[in-house]
Amino acid sequence: MSDLYREHILDHYRNPRNYGTLEPHDRSFEDSNPLCGDRVRIDLRLDNGTIADIAFSGRGCAISQASASILTEMVKGQSLDFVKALTADDLLDELGIPISPARRKCALLSLKVLKAAAYGLNEWPE
Amino acid sequence: MSTLHAHTRQFDARALREEFPILQRLVRGGKPLIYLDSAATSQKPAAVIQALEDFYRTTNANIHRGVYELSEAATLAYDQARAKVARLINAPDPRECIFVRNTTEAINLVAQSWGRANLGPGDIVVLSLLEHHSNIVPWQLIARERGAELRYIDIDESGRLLLEQLDEYLASGRVKLVSVTHVSNALGTITPVAEIVERAHAAGAVVLVDGAQSVPHLPVDVQALGVDFYAFSGHKMLGPMGIGVLYGRRELLEAMPPFLGGGDMIRTVTLEESTWADLPAKFEAGTPSVADAVALGVAVDYLQRLSMPAIRQHEMELVRYALARLDEIPGVTLYGPVGEDRSGVVSFTLGDVHPHDIAGILDSEGIAIRAGHHCAQPLMRRLGVVATARASVYLYNTEEDIDRLVDALLIVRQLFNIED
Ligand SMILES: Cc1ncc(COP(=O)(O)O)c(C=O)c1O
Repeated sequence: MSDLYREHILDHYRNPRNYGTLEPHDRSFEDSNPLCGDRVRIDLRLDNGTIADIAFSGRGCAISQASASILTEMVKGQSLDFVKALTADDLLDELGIPISPARRKCALLSLKVLKAAAYGLNEWPE
Repeated sequence: MSTLHAHTRQFDARALREEFPILQRLVRGGKPLIYLDSAATSQKPAAVIQALEDFYRTTNANIHRGVYELSEAATLAYDQARAKVARLINAPDPRECIFVRNTTEAINLVAQSWGRANLGPGDIVVLSLLEHHSNIVPWQLIARERGAELRYIDIDESGRLLLEQLDEYLASGRVKLVSVTHVSNALGTITPVAEIVERAHAAGAVVLVDGAQSVPHLPVDVQALGVDFYAFSGHKMLGPMGIGVLYGRRELLEAMPPFLGGGDMIRTVTLEESTWADLPAKFEAGTPSVADAVALGVAVDYLQRLSMPAIRQHEMELVRYALARLDEIPGVTLYGPVGEDRSGVVSFTLGDVHPHDIAGILDSEGIAIRAGHHCAQPLMRRLGVVATARASVYLYNTEEDIDRLVDALLIVRQLFNIED
């Protein structure tokens, strides 16, 4: 059976946490993965440099959407400095599945969007 | 070399598999490889791989330039490969077959050379919604430069071309070129090329056909079809990557300006200007992929030995089987026409599972299929999908491959809780 599609990934895909949009929000960013059309938007509400509330919306493969759901849980209540320090490996470790090079961008799209929303850095995370 | 298959009436795909080294390997931790992505590129028989090695071991030299034995042998092998390709598609003269890198380059050659010389403001190029990006973007580039316009033949719900629309476009009297695919890489639709040519010619338009998905799978006769240009890629027909063919009618090719300038394509060069070599050299500037062309010739031999009608028959039976088996799976939606005008391509979706997830789960079962827009974004938009999953078969696929595909799709259903 598939290592990639472990139960917790499918659970986040079927029942995404922090799903939706925030109105009003302090920051919002949306991006897509041109290769496969995965799309993720993240809205943030900030309070004194911490993420008071976060929501994501989008569509795409299970890896991209589960990763966004898991990421929102990782950073809710954390500081922007925490977000700044988050690496690709931090998120991949949290996903806990073997991500092949071909699927890396699916898994990291949410982190890219979060970093762009939080402090304007729109690049694929290292 | 095995000549068994030419004499056995039964097409024995299982025996043929043995001749493809890559199909013997295991993937993803010990699973046998089930290769269902031949529309992207075909696997290569040992004879083709051997031909590449043999060329470099025994014959390698630059062509045309040497008077020594090796250069003569390399030149001869290159010319023989061209003759084999010409025979495969029944081109009247091998000099009408230009070696290029792939279908994409062949179409760009026509767009840049014929297009720049023949298209002007208000002229129309007719394409279709079935086209691969490689038969769209080159025309967008030259149309913008020359002030020409593009029109697209729409499709019906099953993915067949609406030829009435071609007639409407032709009736404008401004259509200079019709460029359509012979077989859709995304849906498997086989288009009525002979009919399109007849209508286009009656309106004075030239016809280019993208044969990337037809030459590997169907008998193709460029004279019977009446096409003016025909483009295809060696790598999809058992040959190496990096070699492809543009067939063009001689009078058209002779009237066209060169595409690339350089060595081998000239007759004389002065400081001010040059005159062009005869066909096909005029369109083959620089050192060509001689070894790849020679190996493509061996691939053509291989196909001819099996016979194109037999390959076509085998694929039709496989696709009929695949469509029936996939249709049994609740939640599967199949795209493309059902009938004789369908090649070995099966595009589908499964419930609301993203095609990349389907392909990802199949991959962990050792099954290689493609998921995405198949370089046909306008078509995906027309079908109202972001992407599809696509399984495509070739002469080495068997019903067992389809059974494995179906088993794996049942796993996908289970993982994603697809409702019946
Ligand atoms: C219908 C069609 N046209 C053109 C191409 C482009 O072929 P190549 O990448 O070999 O130039 C392909 C290959 O995917 C194709 O399927």
